[in-house]
Amino acid sequence: MAKPMHPTPNLDQLESGPWPSFVTGLKRLAKEKDYVVDILGHLEHSYQTRKGYWKGGTVGVRGYGGGIIPRFTEIKDDKGQPVFKDAAEFHTIRVMPPPGMHYNTATLRQFCDIWEKHGSGLIALHGQSGDIMFQGATTENVQKAFDEINDMGFDLGGAGPAVRTSMSCVGAARCEQSCYDEAKAHREVLNTFLDDIHRPALPYKFKFKFSGCPNDCMNSIQRSDMAVIGTWRDNMRTDDALGKKWFAKHGMNELVNDVVARCPTKAIQIKEAKDVRKDAHISSVALNDSQCLEIDNKDCVRCMHCINVMTGALATGTDKGATILVGGKRTLKIGDLMGTVVVPFMPLKTDEDYEKLVELGQKTIDFFAENALEHERTGEMIERIGLVNFLEGIEVEIDANMVSTPRMNPYVNTAGWDDEVAKINAKKAAA
Amino acid sequence: MNAPTPAAPLRKAIESGVPDNKPHLHPTMLKNYGNWKYHDRPRPGVLHHVSHSGDEIWTVRAGTQRQMDVYTIRKLCDIADKFAEGFVRFTIRSNIEFMVADQKKVDPMIAELEKNGFPVGGTGNSVSMVSHTQGWLHCDIPGTDASGVVKSMMDELYNEFKHEEMPNRVHMSTSCCEINCGGQADIAVIIQHTKPPKINHDLVANVCERPTVVARCPVAAIRPALVNGKPSLEVDEKKCICCGACYPPCPPMQINDPEHSKLAIWVGGKNSNARGKPTFMKMVASGLPNNAPRWPEVNAVVGNILRTYKADARPWERLSDWIDRIGWPRFFEKTGLPFTKYLIDDWRGSRANLNASTHIRF
Repeated sequence: MAKPMHPTPNLDQLESGPWPSFVTGLKRLAKEKDYVVDILGHLEHSYQTRKGYWKGGTVGVRGYGGGIIPRFTEIKDDKGQPVFKDAAEFHTIRVMPPPGMHYNTATLRQFCDIWEKHGSGLIALHGQSGDIMFQGATTENVQKAFDEINDMGFDLGGAGPAVRTSMSCVGAARCEQSCYDEAKAHREVLNTFLDDIHRPALPYKFKFKFSGCPNDCMNSIQRSDMAVIGTWRDNMRTDDALGKKWFAKHGMNELVNDVVARCPTKAIQIKEAKDVRKDAHISSVALNDSQCLEIDNKDCVRCMHCINVMTGALATGTDKGATILVGGKRTLKIGDLMGTVVVPFMPLKTDEDYEKLVELGQKTIDFFAENALEHERTGEMIERIGLVNFLEGIEVEIDANMVSTPRMNPYVNTAGWDDEVAKINAKKAAA
Repeated sequence: MNAPTPAAPLRKAIESGVPDNKPHLHPTMLKNYGNWKYHDRPRPGVLHHVSHSGDEIWTVRAGTQRQMDVYTIRKLCDIADKFAEGFVRFTIRSNIEFMVADQKKVDPMIAELEKNGFPVGGTGNSVSMVSHTQGWLHCDIPGTDASGVVKSMMDELYNEFKHEEMPNRVHMSTSCCEINCGGQADIAVIIQHTKPPKINHDLVANVCERPTVVARCPVAAIRPALVNGKPSLEVDEKKCICCGACYPPCPPMQINDPEHSKLAIWVGGKNSNARGKPTFMKMVASGLPNNAPRWPEVNAVVGNILRTYKADARPWERLSDWIDRIGWPRFFEKTGLPFTKYLIDDWRGSRANLNASTHIRF
C-alpha cells in the first residue's frame, strides 16, 4: 500500500464520462506506488495553477546520447526542496515499436512487468513520433529498465537533433491498398541510421515515415522530412463481380455523386459496355450487364478516392513502388511546409530496389548534415538553397513531376539554357 | 528474460534498431501478407478484410486513453488472449485493434470490450480518437494539458466515435504549444499565446545560449541586452508574435500564462491525397480560455463545427472538401463563428491565401 493520496479535485472530474480515463488508471497505480501518488499531486498542481512544472536535463543510458526524455520537477518549497519528493524525477524512455505497431500480448505483458518494477507503470501507446513511451522513471531506474527492454529485442528511439523513430501503416499485413512492404522499408532504412538515432549530431531532427498508399495514413507529407508513399504505374485492377455487387447496393446516384464527380482529374466515365475504349491504358469495371465504369489511367493521379469508395471492384495496379517526398514539417520556424516530390516513382519489389531507397536516405541525410544550418529542418534548407541545388547534392535528376507549375517569375539567369537542352537531347538520344 | 543484477553494470546496449514485425502478426495476417484483395465494414468499429487466397479476417477497433496504466494494458491483453489469438495492434490515433479469423468471435469480443469500458468504433466516417501530446503530465513547455482536454472532448464525442454518421472520417488533434506535435487534422485545438515572454533576467545568462535564442525568433524580435548589469535578452514587444519559439531553448523566457495563453481552433487539415491534394488546416477561432479540467468553451466550438459539418456536408466530403464547396464566408455564417482580422494571414507568402478573383458566393 502506498501513502495517502493528495486531494485532486480537478483530476477527479476527469474520471466521470464514458471515455476511458487516464486519471482512473493513474489512481490504480497510486494504490501501490508513492511515486504515482506524487505524480497525481504534481499534475493536480498544474491543473490548479494552469502551468507546467517539468524541466529538462541530462539523463541517458550507457553508450547512447539520446532516447531518454529527462524531467525534473520545478515545484519546490521555499528551501528549494521538491514538494512532491517521490515524483522529483519523471523521465520517459522512448522505445521503437515493430513497424505497423503490431504486438503479441506476451511482449506487452513483459513491458508491463518491467515498467511496474522500474517505472511508474504508465505507458503511452504511442507518442506522436511513433515511440512506445515508458513514462516516468527515476534517474537511477532508467538504465535498469532499458537493460531489460533491450534484452527483449527492443531499442531506444530518437530524441533531439537525430534521426527520429519512424512510423509505418498497417500496410501489407492487413491492407489491400498496400503498394510495397512498408515494414521492410521501415526497418531497412531506419536500421541503417542507428548511429544517427542514438547519438544526436545532426543539424536538427530528421523523420522518415512510410505509408503504403496515397491515403497516407501516417500523415507523411505533412509530418516527415522523407515521406515514402506507395503507388503504382500500371493500370488499376478491376473486379466485375464486386463492381456489380457495389452498384446493386449503391445505385446510380451514389455512383455519379460519390465516385465519378469526385475524381479530381475527371478520369472516370460511365459507358455502355460496348463503347469502352480498348486502349492499353484503359481500365473498366462492370456495373451491370450493359454498363461499365471506364478509367483512363493516363489521366489518373492515383489519389485513391474511387478505390476507397468501391474497394475491391477497383484496386491498385501491380507495377508497384513508392513516390518519395522530402521536406515536410510543422510551423516553427518559417511556417508549415509539405514535402516535395523528389522521386516520382521508385520501384519497391526486389532487395536491390530497397537498397536504392536506403541509398537515397543516406545521400539525403549526408547532404542535410553537411548543409543545413543549426536547428534548420530539411524543408527549410531546401527553401533556402532551392530544390535544384538540393537535387544536385543528392544526385537526383530533375523531373516535371516535382512542380505544381513551372516558374512564375523571370528572376533567373538562363544563360546555360542551350547547354541544358543539349544534355536533355543527348540523354533522349542515348535512351 | 535475463533479470539484470548489480554484478552486470557494464552491460552494453544492443543496437538492434527497429524490431521485426513478423513475430507480432496474427497468423492469418502473416499467411496473407501483401495478398489482401478488399475490405468492407460490417458495422462501426469492425473491418472485414478478404484475401486473394479466400481467407478472411475481422478487426475490432476500440478506443483507449493512450496513457495507459499496466492494469489497463493487461486487461486488453486478457481480451486478446481470450478472443484474438494473443495479437493486437495500435493505430496512429491510439486505438487498439484485435484481429480474429472467426466471425463468430466478433460479437462476444465487442461485448467484452464494452463491458470493460473500451468503446468500439473509430472506423470509417466516425470521429476517431484525438491524436495528442503530453501536456502538463510530462512536457517541459506545455501551455495546457493534453490527456485532460482529450478526455473531455471524447466524452462529448463518444457517440460519434461509436457510430459512422459523419460525411467522411474526422481526424482531430490537440497540441499544448504552437509546435503542434498533435499534427494536422480536420479539427485541431492548439495553444495560442497572447503575451510576449516574461523574462527572468537573473537566469538568462546561466541557462540560455543567447545567440541560439536570438536565431530562433521567426521575426527577429529578440536581441542581447544588459539588464541590471547582467547579460540577458530583450524582446521588442511590438514585433513579437507570441509564438513561444524562444521558450524551449531559454526557459527563463516564460511564455506560458494561466490567463493569457489561449486555445485556438483550426480546421481543414487533410493528410490524404484522396480527391484533392493534402491541405494544411486554417485557424477559425481563438481566444478560448484554458479552462481546466474540462475546457467547456473549447468543447462548445468543436461541437458546433462538427454539428454544422454533419448537417451540411455531402457524403465523402472531408471538412476541407465541404468548405471548398460552400466557401469560407458561409463556413463562418453557418457556424456563427466571428471572422476577425486576426484570421487574415500576413505571414510570408500570405497573399496566396487572399482571394485574387471575382469568385464570390452570394
